[in-house]
Amino acid sequence: MNLQPATLQSIDEVITHYPADQKRSATLPLLHLIQEDIGYLPPETCEWVATKLGLQPINVLEVITFYPMFRQKPIGRRHIKVCRTLSCALVGGYKTCEQFEKEFNTHRGDISPDGEVTIDFVECLASCGTAPVVLIDDDLHEKVDCAKAKQLSDQIKAEAKKR
Amino acid sequence: MAAPAQRRIIFQHIDEPGYSNDLACYVRNGGYEVLKKSVTRPPAELIDEVKKSGLRGRGGAGFPCGVKWGLVDRKSGKPIYLIVNADESEPGTFKDRYIMHQDPHQLIEGTMISCFANNVKQAYIYIRGEMPHGARILEKAIAEARAAGFVGKNILGTTYSCDIFVHRGAGAYICGEETGLIESLEGKRANPRIKPPYFPAVLGLYQCPTIVNNVETLCHVKYIVEHGGDAYTKVGTPNNTGTRIFCVSGHVQRPGYYEFEAGKITLGQLLYEVCGGPLPGRTFKAVIPGGSSAKILRFGERFKGKRKVGAEMVDYDWGVEDVPMDFDSLGMIGTMGGSGGVIVMDDTVNMVEALANINAFYSHESCGQCTPCREGSLWMKKITTRMVHGQARNEDAALLKSVADQIPGRTICAFGEACSWPTQSFIAKFGDEFKQYPETKKTAKPAGAHELV
Repeated sequence: MNLQPATLQSIDEVITHYPADQKRSATLPLLHLIQEDIGYLPPETCEWVATKLGLQPINVLEVITFYPMFRQKPIGRRHIKVCRTLSCALVGGYKTCEQFEKEFNTHRGDISPDGEVTIDFVECLASCGTAPVVLIDDDLHEKVDCAKAKQLSDQIKAEAKKR
Repeated sequence: MAAPAQRRIIFQHIDEPGYSNDLACYVRNGGYEVLKKSVTRPPAELIDEVKKSGLRGRGGAGFPCGVKWGLVDRKSGKPIYLIVNADESEPGTFKDRYIMHQDPHQLIEGTMISCFANNVKQAYIYIRGEMPHGARILEKAIAEARAAGFVGKNILGTTYSCDIFVHRGAGAYICGEETGLIESLEGKRANPRIKPPYFPAVLGLYQCPTIVNNVETLCHVKYIVEHGGDAYTKVGTPNNTGTRIFCVSGHVQRPGYYEFEAGKITLGQLLYEVCGGPLPGRTFKAVIPGGSSAKILRFGERFKGKRKVGAEMVDYDWGVEDVPMDFDSLGMIGTMGGSGGVIVMDDTVNMVEALANINAFYSHESCGQCTPCREGSLWMKKITTRMVHGQARNEDAALLKSVADQIPGRTICAFGEACSWPTQSFIAKFGDEFKQYPETKKTAKPAGAHELV
């Protein structure tokens, strides 16, 4: 595992949040930290986390495969998560998602051809009063109709050009 | 009758211009004064105030908070844990998000008072994975509170010590179920535990006594300890004390969050007056009053029966608009107040398609350990999705009902009920729409209708 020193430091710190004989509790925090550093959870994650916490690799794998936020494959530079659930769908969430797909010429679940984004449908993001909502990386965007989806896509494309 | 004014206890400072989520602002507004007084009082007295208040949990089940605290095993000699359930995931619910983002110290103060009252050794805030900013805001707020002596070692110079850590989930709805949450906090799959024997109050986190309370519930505790349990019972209605935050979404003019005294506002007042009624040219068709698993109500249906008012039993004859928004009234008409998430649908919505959307949610979120739920939720999704995108059959309603009827009561946790209630209630109330769906599909959708699945 090639992790940044800051990540390793955070990992050692977070383990102290739990009783010394309950290190297993740090499994989810460690997976979050590794995913934030690398972008996804590569195959060696299970062995590495298991060694760190005194577990079997299967204990880690079963957690990775249970929780929807953990991914075992790389994604685009930005992750666009469009809420699919009822309150958002009632005011056009599906259209919002289609607009993003069109903007980046891709399908849900795939990396866009330019490598810029991965678009996914996710379940309720707990901001139903400002539907439709979209989570782009860590930032929540509210009332994202097609026009706003286009505007957000343009921003991402402009940032990509600058690189 | 005009709707009453909002009574903002918990959301007092939400969206207030100039109010920020740092410690200085909170203290300027009287923050942590209740904690300062609390640590000079006997803990049992604080628990008594909460018991007297009649506070019911705001996470969904409405279980009395004082009773929950009363069940904690205090004789085992094992440390007691408190977990703040901040895994706000029930579709239609979005109240805790605003407390954590805009007023995190209110939650921390309520948590520390509850910890002191229950001699808790360590608290964790289990926050949804999809709220990374919320987690950072809470971590910063806890660090501020720790530096000021409100959290951590020797709180406010007393011998009492208790720390709070933030623990992030990773996108699984089932972590809102308290024993699933505990499993998740232990670093495992969030498979709910079987009760008995695993009541958290006795065998919770690390097999120790554990209190799991919702974010909003703990904020109410702060208010109760400040004003007294008796004073709190004067807010709201008997057995439904305090305020409730209603999260309204879907087809209304002004969706959003509104805090009212429990039971003092009717569903009609909330939707027509407070939320501005239906969108132009539309009419209300259906409403889910307490998060997506609550049974749906059809505008036009009537509810009749007897209910207790004071010491007397009186007849009631309510339309959907007349129902008071409290746990008991909503329970009486066969649905629930749940987490306060009110989802409104107007006449552009086809109920088969709306149910297909909900079924996709529940089948995605079933943890998979009990066969009736894992298979049943999947089949209900498959059937409703086929009806919308493939061939719809006249007998589908009966088939859906038979699947749904075989789930509740046969699972370890209440998810079995949660996933079957939508199907059962949609078919009971909109059965004709399901029977007609093969024909409806051939006609054009109403103007303004959105794709739902």
